[in-house]
Parts: sequence; C-alpha cells; structure tokens
Amino acid sequence: MISSLTAEKLACARGDRKLFDGLSFRVRAGQALSVVGPNGAGKTSLLRLIAGFLTPVSGRIVVKTAGTESDDADERGKLIGWLGHHDGLKPQLTVLEQLKFYAQLYDRPLRPSGTSPVTTGEESSGALLERVGLARQAELPCRYLSAGQRRRLALARLVASNRSLWLLDEPFAALDTAGQALVAHLMAAHCGQGGIIIAATHDPLGLGNESLRL
Amino acid sequence: MSPFLTLLARDLKLAARSGGSAALALSFFALVATLVPLGVGADLHLLARVAGGILWVGAVLAALLSLDRLFQGDYEDGSLDVIALSPLPLELTALAKIAAHWLSTGLPLTLLSPLLALMFNLPGPAILTLFVSLLIGTPAVSAIGAIGASLTLSLKRGGLILPLIILPLVTPAVIFGAGAVSQTLDGMAAAGALQLLAAFSFAAVLLSPFAAAASVRLNLSN
Amino acid sequence: MNWLFRYANPHNFMRLSGAVLPFTAIATAICLAAGLYFSFSVPPDYQQGTTITMLFIHVPADVVAELAYGAIAVCSLLSLVWRHPLSDTAARAAAPFGALFTALGLITGALWGKPMWGTYWVWDARLTSFLLLLFLYLGYMALWNAIEDETRAARAAAILALVSAINLPIIKFSVDWWSTLHQGETIMAGKLAPVYLPPFLLMMAGYTLLFLTLWMIRIRTAIVERRARNLMVSA
Repeated sequence: MISSLTAEKLACARGDRKLFDGLSFRVRAGQALSVVGPNGAGKTSLLRLIAGFLTPVSGRIVVKTAGTESDDADERGKLIGWLGHHDGLKPQLTVLEQLKFYAQLYDRPLRPSGTSPVTTGEESSGALLERVGLARQAELPCRYLSAGQRRRLALARLVASNRSLWLLDEPFAALDTAGQALVAHLMAAHCGQGGIIIAATHDPLGLGNESLRL
Repeated sequence: MSPFLTLLARDLKLAARSGGSAALALSFFALVATLVPLGVGADLHLLARVAGGILWVGAVLAALLSLDRLFQGDYEDGSLDVIALSPLPLELTALAKIAAHWLSTGLPLTLLSPLLALMFNLPGPAILTLFVSLLIGTPAVSAIGAIGASLTLSLKRGGLILPLIILPLVTPAVIFGAGAVSQTLDGMAAAGALQLLAAFSFAAVLLSPFAAAASVRLNLSN
Repeated sequence: MNWLFRYANPHNFMRLSGAVLPFTAIATAICLAAGLYFSFSVPPDYQQGTTITMLFIHVPADVVAELAYGAIAVCSLLSLVWRHPLSDTAARAAAPFGALFTALGLITGALWGKPMWGTYWVWDARLTSFLLLLFLYLGYMALWNAIEDETRAARAAAILALVSAINLPIIKFSVDWWSTLHQGETIMAGKLAPVYLPPFLLMMAGYTLLFLTLWMIRIRTAIVERRARNLMVSA
C-alpha cells in the first residue's frame, strides 16, 4: 500500500519548450490532488511524468510504500491506475470482454457473476458493471457505446485494476450529472481505502482536496 | 490466464473480428501468385524454377500488409498506455503481439503455400521444403516487422515507410527460405539452408522484442 | 567517457572542427589528385587491362560506404546509451554521404562490369550487398524525415541504425551464401600487384578524408542551423 508521493523540484520540457520548473508537492495516502491550469500548461505532461512515460529534465518523484522509498519509474508504474484522455477501448470487443481483458492483464481476474467470492473484497464482473451503470450493456460491442458510457467502462477498468495511485486526466469529461456523481463517489471510495488520486481537471473534485496550479 | 496469454488472446480476437486480416493477407498472397504466371508466361518448367522465390516474396509482402497496425491501434485509442502500466513488461507485450501477428497471418500463409506451390508445378519434396521454410521463417518476418511497426507507430502514413525499413532486414529469411527450395529442386539436401533460416528466425524472435519495446517506450513519451 | 563528452559538446566541436577542417580539405584534394593521376598512369593489368583503373575508384567507395554506416551505428549507440545530442546530429549528417558513396560504388561497379562481363549489372555478391546497403540508408533517412519531433526522430532512427548494424553482417553472409548457391562471379580475385598499391592507398585515403570533411561540414551546418532557429524562437 502506498503511503505518500513526493515530487521534488520537477522540471519538464516538450521539445524546446519549457512547461514547468521547480515543481514540488506531496500527496499522502487517502488524499487527492487536483492539477489545474490553462490548456497547454502541462497538466497531462505532469501525469505522464508520474506514470513514467516521460522523464523529467530535472528533479525526482519519490514514492513511499510501507517503509520503503523509491524513485524508480518502473516500481512506481506497478502502483498506478491510469485513466487517460482516451478510454483505451476496442470497438470490436463487448463491454464484458473489454473489462475482463484489462482485469486479467492486471492480474486481478474478476469473479464471474453468480459465483461467490473466494477472498473478501473480490468483486464480480457483473457487480462492477452494475456499479458503473453498464449492467445492461455487458454484451454490447463497445462501438455502440456513447462517449459517456465509454467513460464509465474506462472507470470500471480503473477500479478493476486495483491500483493504489490513480492518475486521472479530465475524469469528468463526457459525463452527464449522474456520471460525474459516479466519478466523485468512486474517488471518495478510493481515498477512503487509503489510495491516492492525482487528477488533471477543470472542475473541482469535490473532495475538499488541495489543488496545484500550473 | 497469464497477462501474456490474455494479451495474445485479445489480439487474436481483434484480428479475427476486424474484417479478417488473415483473409486479406491470404487473398493478397494468392493474387500475387496468380499474377506471376500471367506476367512471365505459363511455362510449367519456368514456373517450378521460380516458385520458391515468388512464393517467399509474396508471403513476406502479404505479412507486411497488416504489420503497420500492430501497435498503432492500441497507441491511438489509449490502450497502449494502460497496457504499458500493466504487470506485463513491454518486451513481453511486444512478443505477444509478434505471436498474435504470426498466428493470424504467417501461419495461415504457410498453410496456403502448398496449394499455390502445386499450381506452380513444384514437385512434392520441394513443396515440403517450401512449407517447412515458411513455417520456420515467417516468425522472423513478424518479429522484425514488429520493430518497424513500433518505430512508425505514431506516423499517419507509417504504412508507406514500413516496407522500406523492413524489407532489407528480412532479406536473409527470403534468401535462406527460397534457397532451400531451389536446393531441393536441384536434388541437394536443404537441411543446411533450413538450419541457417532457423537460426536467423530464432535470433530475430529473441532480440526483436527488446528493440520494439525500446521504441514503444520512446513513443509513449509524448 | 568523460573526455569524449568534453570534446563532443557543440561549442567545442565547432572550435575543434573549425581548426581541423582546412587541413582535411587540403589533404583530401592532394590525395584525390595524386591518386587519380597514378590511377590513370599505372601499367595495364594482365587480366583486366586498363579497366584496373576502375578498381581504384570503385573499391574505396564501397569501403567508405560501410565505414559511414559504422559511424552512424557508433553515434546511435552513444545517443541511446548516453543521450548525447551531438551524436544524433552526427549520425544524421553521415547518412546522405554514406548513401552517396554507396551509390557511387554501385555506379562504378556497374561501369566496371560492362567491359568485364559485357553487362552493366551482374548479381554478384558484393554488388547485391551494396544495393541492400543503399536501401538501409534510404530507410534510415526516410525515418528521420518522417517523424516531426526531432528528439523522437533521433531516438527512433538510432534504434533502427543499431538493429540494421546487427543485421548487416547477417545480410552480407546470406548474400554470399546465395551467390555460391547460384554460382555467381566475384569481382575481386587474387592479390593486388605492388605497382597498384600507391594509387589504391591514395584513393582510399582521399575518399576517407573526403567523407570526414563533408561529414564535419554537415555537422557544423546542423549546429549553426539549430542556433539560428533558437535565436529566432527566443527573439
């Protein structure tokens, strides 16, 4: 379980353009951080830095877990649940297939609906789809989903990945009021379980959290 | 199911559902094989002579058709980010994709080749050699192709530059594969050529995932 | 590696290459002039006759073409392992000249083939290998040009250069194998008579120096170009 994430004097550049410099912050277990700023300020780049896709020009990111400390991007990657700008869904796969694929890829296979849990907290695919409001669409190929439904499926995938450090890029995008309430609910639950959330967003997260302006 | 097999199974499923890339590759292969006699004449003697080379070149070109989408689809829809953060190392991700590409194109092409070889009047032992050489050699095409696919994955017109990058690198496979067939035709033992082909293919499958993973990593940094 | 980094930063490179360049340029001119003079004044070979002159023009081009790919591979390794920006510039700058020398080798080889075999092109192992090398150069340059972002293009091209460099000996081996299978002819047979050594060595040195000179000029141009661009962006 993650106990804190600390950024120390991060600097990031894209090509010859400097995005930010000397950026430091700390997020502890159970906390959320919203990253705000105008388009092009580097919100997505900051998330990609934390995910290890980008390397900082200078500075480092340290993650503390149960007494150990590491600034290794690969180690950090094993804690990260990613919800990017794109949903990462295949039009040819059904909602259930898509969810099962990601759950198995993350080595957290979902229990088939109708069977009882072996360990506590193990959720069935049906219950998870129910939670995000896609139970009726389980057998529908993703190509027929609306943008909001696709986002909901991406959220289900995020929950199924069972990672403690959530990196969310515009989590409210494309969602209606009910969908936004769902995101807020899932985020509150994640923080309640001691997870960390870092979200790039235009809207307040509604978690009484701190925000970082780029 | 392990993450590796999960990804492999998904890619196979996608290949089967997206209009059958295998069917396209097979049709292309058969079409190339049909055009050659129309171009060089129906002299069965001549056709038997060139069959090994033509079918090898045709198979390589057919396998290239679907290569440019190997990573591109996952890159464009954001899946690659999620896959990259999964417990599966990118090297194994690349290997799973190579395996899926071979199973959905290289293997079907190999299975079709004896039929086309018959139409080229290739004698029985040479057909067997062709079949075995394609079976051993097409994995190298998928593996080296994966390097090209990963290098061009962010390019909108990557499909144009990919063959230019890949074809010179797969020449040893074509040379050993078609060479084995012509050795059999000449009544010589083809074991030496097939061994060279196997060594090349083995090295390609072993080393390509590292190059492909490095290049995927590079493309994630945008 | 520290010594390398000290001399390989753009500023020091500009100073050093600026000082060296006149000398390599003059040495190139002398070697090529003397080499060409000797090439045309040697006695005819007992087998090849006066076409032996072609050897002095053809073989060094082939050697430099391979040398240039080696240079690209080494620069690519430096770039990938130590993230050194100058090595990207150097690798990119070497490619067009490598391709040019490869093309020169192919053309002179074909011209040599006409009097030797009565045909411009024979599928000889050497010529075929160089044709493939030309395609490797073309693919490498095409990849550089295709990717917009320069740092990404540099790293992608470096990966391709290393993969190709590993594969190049295998390609050459397979082409040699193929050539024996089809009983091809080979251009080079026997040892070079001592009388032919001076023009051969002079031409070899001349080609190599020509490549180094052109390479340096192109790297310098790329550095100046980048400085100018940065000035325009910040202005």
